[in-house]
Amino acid sequence: MIGFSSVAKRYPGGLEVLRDVSFSIGAGELVFVTGHSGAGKTTLFKLIAAIERATSGTVLVNGQNVGALKRTAIPYLRRNLGLVFQDQKLLYDRSVFENVMLPLAFSDFSVREAARRARAALDKVELLARERARPIQLSGGEQQRLAIARAVVNRPAILIADEPTANLDAASAERIIELFLSFNQVGVTVLIATHDERLVARLGRRTLRLEQGRLAEDIAGAAR
Amino acid sequence: MIAWFRQHGRALAAAVAKVRAQPMTSALSALVIGIALALPAGGYALLSNLSGIAQRTSIEPQLSLFMSTEAKAAETEALGKRLRADPRLAAVRFVPRNEALAALRRTGALAEVFAALEHNPLPDAFVLRPRDAAPDALDALAGEYRRLPGIAHAQIDSDWARRLAALIRLARSGIFLLGALLGIGLVAVTFNTIRMQILTQREEIEVAKLLGATDGFIRRPFFYLGVVQGLAGSVVALSIVSLSLAVLDRAVQSLAATYDASFQLSHLAPADAAAVAALAGFLGWLGACLSVSIYLRQIEPS
Ligand SMILES: Nc1ncnc2c1ncn2[C@@H]1O[C@H](COP(=O)(O)OP(=O)(O)O)[C@@H](O)[C@H]1O
Ligand SMILES: [Mg+2]
Repeated sequence: MIGFSSVAKRYPGGLEVLRDVSFSIGAGELVFVTGHSGAGKTTLFKLIAAIERATSGTVLVNGQNVGALKRTAIPYLRRNLGLVFQDQKLLYDRSVFENVMLPLAFSDFSVREAARRARAALDKVELLARERARPIQLSGGEQQRLAIARAVVNRPAILIADEPTANLDAASAERIIELFLSFNQVGVTVLIATHDERLVARLGRRTLRLEQGRLAEDIAGAAR
Repeated sequence: MIAWFRQHGRALAAAVAKVRAQPMTSALSALVIGIALALPAGGYALLSNLSGIAQRTSIEPQLSLFMSTEAKAAETEALGKRLRADPRLAAVRFVPRNEALAALRRTGALAEVFAALEHNPLPDAFVLRPRDAAPDALDALAGEYRRLPGIAHAQIDSDWARRLAALIRLARSGIFLLGALLGIGLVAVTFNTIRMQILTQREEIEVAKLLGATDGFIRRPFFYLGVVQGLAGSVVALSIVSLSLAVLDRAVQSLAATYDASFQLSHLAPADAAAVAALAGFLGWLGACLSVSIYLRQIEPS
């Protein structure tokens, strides 16, 4: 589903942030990407979502060469990905419900069908009761769950989350991880970037460890 | 097909939502656009009225020859013969001086003045219709007759109508020029309001792009916003024009009444009003296009 081969990324005027990164993630896997702050996790996330382009090497998502996509094809790639951003990117002047409706506006659903799906997604993350609230009125954990609801509302086959448990207390973080596990259980391919080594160690899933832009370790889940 | 309508319906709804989100700004833009459009549209309406007058008044050229009051009857008769024999004239009508006075006495507000006259101050006259209506030919003819004995004065009657028509043509080009300039102004106003909209919605646009919105999806509401704003401006403009014409019409009617005439200003024809609206909508769309092509491209998520 996701394949990197010899991927390097250098930001304009900067050093190489990713160097010779190669890995492949199959359908239905749940994989963690770990590494210290600045290791290149977010950059890897952005390459998959075509927010940035690799300087060299190829990034394959759903069989598509992301680096070679035309500008007009990028929106369609993103619609097939569920993205949870490190800074969440919620719209704070819209209600919880409207935030979840946003990705449905581009698809061809009728308003009724879109609303039904949005409520189903909110129900899944247990935020249905807060649908009229503004994101600012939600706790950190609730905001993160809202971001997840928005990411999954189009029922993507791949779900990618960047630091979804950062700045959350243990209980909230646990709830978030439970959600990702449940999506993975119904067949969604899940990729989670996190610097929380303890969380990763406890779950014993496949883990890609980045170290200063290099793939230092690819630890298979079964080995744990 | 349904999807197409749905996308455009949503874009229109989004545009209307943008207008409602900023009612004051939207109303002010519509007012500015309306006033800018009202000037050329109103000028056009007034000119249409004026050219109506110019057309109703016969532009068919006439040449009037006034005999001197000392001219002898024989002289006048000889001249009449000569004129009737002239192949360059299509028609010759003799107006005796007493008939002219009688006609004046019958007409209008000045009748009393003429009724009080003891002597007839009017000369005999010939009204001629030349075959060749070209201004040069008329001038030549008038010049020739002016030198004939007994003739005091030769006057080309359609001159003022011609001058009016020429003036109207001039004013019309002036109004088109004004319209073009204000049209550019309208494009600039829409360009700017759309630019402000794009900048205030920067975050939302970024997020929408990240979630898979196509450029078209993001652009469309702004196009509709431009068109809606242009149309709103045209409604303001047409209201200003018909209100002004109504006020002017009263003044014109009371003026006409003092001349014992009746005259009514006509409003912009429905087709003209529709053209104003369509043009405003198009210019709004154009302003939105320019703004979107410049500013939307600058917003890329990172
Ligand atoms: N847009 C950018 N321009 C230049 N350098 C960047 C940019 N984004 C990230 N970097 C640099 O790339 C490195 C990796 O960043 P990032 O991928 O965000 O790491 P992580 O998410 O693992 O903390 C950092 O040194 C960061 O300063
Ligand atoms: Mg990061």
